[in-house]
Amino acid sequence: MAGSTLASATAEPAAILAPRPVVSPAREAWRRFRRHGLAVFSLVLLALMVLAVGLGPLLWPLAINDIDFAARLATPSAAHPLGTDDLGQDLLARLLYGGRISLAVGLAAMGMAIGVGTLVGAAAGMSRGWVDTALMWLTDLFLSLPQLPLLLLVIYLFRETLKNAFGPELGVFVLIVGVIGAFGWMPVARLVRAQFFSLREKEFVEAARALGAGRMRLVWRHILPNALGPVIVAGTVDVAGAIIAESTLSFLGLGFPPDIPTWGRILFDAKDYLDIAPHWALFPGLAIFLTVLAINFIGDGLRDALDPRRVL
Amino acid sequence: MQEENELREWLEQVRSGALPRRLFLAQAAGLGLSLPMAAVLLGSAGLAGAAEPAYKPSKRGGGGPLKLLLWQGPTLLNPHFATGTKDEEGSHIFYEALARYDVDGNLVPVLAAEVPSKENGGISADGRSVTWKLKKGVTWHDGQPFTADDVVFNWQYATDPAAATNTVGYYLGLKLEKVDALTVRVVFDKPSPFWPETATVQLVPKHLFAPYMGAKSREAPANLKPVGTGPYKFVEFRPGDMVRGELNPNYHQPNKPFFDTVELKGGGDAVSAARAVLQTGEYDFAWNLLVEDEILKRLEAGGKGRVVFAAGGSTESLYLNYADPVAEIDGERSSAKSRHPLFSDPAVRQAMGLLIDRQGIQNFIFGRAGIATPNFVNNPPRFRSANLKPEFNIDKANAVLDAAGYKRGADGIREKGGKKLKFVFQTSINAPRQKVQAIIKQACQKAGIELELKSVVASVFFSSDVANPDTYGKFYADMQMYLVSQGRPYPDRHMQRFVSWEIASKANKWLGVNLSRWHSDEFDKAYRASETELDPVKCAALFIRMNDLACGDGYVVPLLFRQAVSGLGNKMVAPLNGWDVDMASLADWYRET
Amino acid sequence: MGPYLLRRLLLAVPSLLGISVVLFAVLALAPGDPFSEMATNPNVPPEVREALRQSLGLNDPVWQRYGHWLWAMLHGDWGFSFISRVDVDTLIWQRVPVTLAVIGASQLLALAVALPVGIMAATRPYSWFDKLANTLAFMGFSLPTFFTGLLLILLFSIKLDWLPFVYRADIPATGWAWWWEQLRQTLMPVLVLGLFQAAGWTRYVRSAALDVIRLDYVTTARSKGLPERLVVLRHVARNALIPVVTLVALSMPQVFGGAIVTEQIFRIPGIGSLLIDAILRNDTPVIMAVTFVLACLVILFNLVADLLYGWLDPRISYR
Repeated sequence: MAGSTLASATAEPAAILAPRPVVSPAREAWRRFRRHGLAVFSLVLLALMVLAVGLGPLLWPLAINDIDFAARLATPSAAHPLGTDDLGQDLLARLLYGGRISLAVGLAAMGMAIGVGTLVGAAAGMSRGWVDTALMWLTDLFLSLPQLPLLLLVIYLFRETLKNAFGPELGVFVLIVGVIGAFGWMPVARLVRAQFFSLREKEFVEAARALGAGRMRLVWRHILPNALGPVIVAGTVDVAGAIIAESTLSFLGLGFPPDIPTWGRILFDAKDYLDIAPHWALFPGLAIFLTVLAINFIGDGLRDALDPRRVL
Repeated sequence: MQEENELREWLEQVRSGALPRRLFLAQAAGLGLSLPMAAVLLGSAGLAGAAEPAYKPSKRGGGGPLKLLLWQGPTLLNPHFATGTKDEEGSHIFYEALARYDVDGNLVPVLAAEVPSKENGGISADGRSVTWKLKKGVTWHDGQPFTADDVVFNWQYATDPAAATNTVGYYLGLKLEKVDALTVRVVFDKPSPFWPETATVQLVPKHLFAPYMGAKSREAPANLKPVGTGPYKFVEFRPGDMVRGELNPNYHQPNKPFFDTVELKGGGDAVSAARAVLQTGEYDFAWNLLVEDEILKRLEAGGKGRVVFAAGGSTESLYLNYADPVAEIDGERSSAKSRHPLFSDPAVRQAMGLLIDRQGIQNFIFGRAGIATPNFVNNPPRFRSANLKPEFNIDKANAVLDAAGYKRGADGIREKGGKKLKFVFQTSINAPRQKVQAIIKQACQKAGIELELKSVVASVFFSSDVANPDTYGKFYADMQMYLVSQGRPYPDRHMQRFVSWEIASKANKWLGVNLSRWHSDEFDKAYRASETELDPVKCAALFIRMNDLACGDGYVVPLLFRQAVSGLGNKMVAPLNGWDVDMASLADWYRET
Repeated sequence: MGPYLLRRLLLAVPSLLGISVVLFAVLALAPGDPFSEMATNPNVPPEVREALRQSLGLNDPVWQRYGHWLWAMLHGDWGFSFISRVDVDTLIWQRVPVTLAVIGASQLLALAVALPVGIMAATRPYSWFDKLANTLAFMGFSLPTFFTGLLLILLFSIKLDWLPFVYRADIPATGWAWWWEQLRQTLMPVLVLGLFQAAGWTRYVRSAALDVIRLDYVTTARSKGLPERLVVLRHVARNALIPVVTLVALSMPQVFGGAIVTEQIFRIPGIGSLLIDAILRNDTPVIMAVTFVLACLVILFNLVADLLYGWLDPRISYR
């Protein structure tokens, strides 16, 4: 394989003779991941962010909706480390509180889009004939649906039932994640399907089939791991997309109630004050950017760790 | 009433010359009448003075292009089908009406030769008819003469039920007759105190629309290529995007218009529209700037433009539901037969009233665009009550609730008899409104009342969709807030929102205009009396009484008297006002050199 | 390929019908009505609103309305807008040139940036170029377009006063002056949209190129002595294109549907702003017409993408 030139047979006899330790694929993957400096750093960063939004609101004393007209649009100071918005509400508190929702929505929606997309794409890619046609018709349908009226309809139909089943906050959360995920799986499905088309004709798949591997095993063990490239990229791009989609929903009133400060919403509220109070938009923008960055580098590391062709 | 007598005395003195106008205005202010309002009183007594900036240019044309920015583009150009102000703005570039309003709510003749009044015999003594004399020599853009036939035709066109026009409301309870080629008479079914009913309807030409009445009205080619009498002739129209016009060389007023072409662009949002006028000067006028005053002030500081505030009659109010939004009676929630379990207690209403920080809302959100007020009717000033005194006092609210027996529970929310003070507060999506909600919620929290905030997409909130539970007509919430526009300088339609026969209910598909479900026998009596009262001073007193009844009971909580906010380039001169569409006065706009 | 193509084309018809039924059902059932603006106008009595609803058939049962629409559509009558009482196809045709110009240009920009940058980044993984490209890509798609659009406006229109930020479809100039003005006003929206799109695509291109760059046949080509450029162009790029083709095909219908936020910010009279206006005002005929055309384009371009897979990777066959 490229890059894996064997050492000369006469060079290190001792090394050749010594038995190599048996390592499970999971540990091998983790070892390769660890060699990726940026990926490890990003993992730590993400963990810190999750910790911050999880515990932060419990530790930081200021409330998210303490209106204080005297301190409007204040730049960062000791009392308000990230400044305040135009009603005098503390930005750090709002960022920490809203971060819970933004991160959760981003990750959950991404997970759903990836899960559904991969499932549909794999099924379509492996089959021929009517299953592929039917699934592609479904994909085309979702691609043509106008999001907004559908959102209005879904919210109108399901808001009450979800509220009663899960409680008001969790109900809205499930609704939002469902809606964003429902509109994000189509590109993943098409990408995975395309990958499957080209991979299933390759020799190693034929070989595995000749060895008697069943379809499920073919997909799970052989094709899917090699198709992961676009899936991982889609996943990482989707997180940012989900956080931003949530902000658009909030702006249209279809998301969380207006007093919940998700990152996208804070960004949206701050956009008209960009030249007056740039700090208001800077921090949520930075938060989203860092999240996306971290997840992307983790994705890169994952790719390199899991890809059997990479030999680091 | 005492005020009535005083006012009458002073008017007589002005008429006889014993009292200068200026002093009358000052004295009237002492009674609580504001300037424009007192001026209107003078006007209705036949003593009006000039209120608008004088038109200076001495020749027609030469002003270059006029660029207007509306952040909602007009989608059609037939005034009888206008679905919103933006459409009326678009069509008013080309069409005109008999008269238009000025800042004080007085009429200024446009296609009429003069404004009818008792003195010139225009208004009949019994109040049942008004005679309009039309201007001589007015022609449509295609050269045809403008005559009384056109005016009468517009009435027939608008009231044809098959056409389903939006202007039919202007012609209710009256009919038009042609007296001669230049005279039209409006005859009311019963004596009406508000006679300028049809004065501001934009007029379309009979010779182009007669073949397209009723069901064929949407096929008229003139719908998309308007031919009017206005200062500009039609050039191009792209629905939702842009309207263009060029100078009308045969315009019936001399030396007007000043600009050679006019372009109206639509789309985008209010903030960037403000920027386009106030920061970059790309446009000369921006309409309806629903923007926080903080931002407007900073933009104005650039010195390229200014923000103009015009008082109309719009009131932003909070409504506490008179009925019970949860209980279902005869398959209907918020039914007029039910009463709200918590708001029916006057102590709760009083406490809610004490928790509204109108001044804070005015100072920090609306600024110059909204004036804190406890009154539902604020303009013209002769109808504004001076009797209600609002107060913002959280401690007092707490005291009132304590005295009424509402004890705080473990979660800090007050309750009595197992009922918690928890309310759902709904309004439409609109950044300033969400901020108002946040402010009220916080004040309520400090008094042990919890508000759940709900915001609904505007096109759903204001729709008349029978199946939707989120409309403001259904009012399936405890509190709601929105803007109500008075529409013209006479508060009859405004006050109709509190009469008992207009309560929105399942029977009338929630199309009744009384959405708060509040009503009272006294109010109904006063309203009926005002419908036929011809004496303007008695009428004003009746409306003030109605205002006090509605707002004093605690269910109707007016918040702000909202001004119409526009952006104008620095050298632009335009007589904008809150009663009429901005484009109504387009002929009088010019730019100083 | 022939029979496959024929089969797909034939299947497209019932496919479209099915989609149109679902679309219509969604629109009919979604809440709101086209006359909410009249609600706050005191001069319009409620009876008038009701009469209007009746006259436009809004109180008829859903299946009846669908039938009317389908019958009219088959006759080439796309209906007329509730809101502006203008024929829907006139409305759409007015906006096609602008949409193609602005949105089309941005897609081309995105492709022109994403392909070379992505491939170059893949040939030098983890070099400073790769890191820079990645970081810029992340910034590109982690900021929403309404935000980057505003930033550009603040910088270029307000601070520097170089570019106008309100789009005019009717520039009163001719010849070179017209082109210059057109360039000035399209630059910002094309940048905003194109770079946002390019950011995501760069990552995909890079990932796809990385997939193939280590494979045997690339090493073979290199060891045969081929110049690096040929290796990249002929062997790497072509095989890395499959995900790119998928993505470009997915975004082509968007060129028609427009980019709603960008059109709002710059006031571009494209089809996206027509659609969002129609949606917010429940102007069903317009929404149906636009989404139906969108559905046709989606099916068309996905079919083209499927055919292209076969050309790009000869091992993919259709039976």
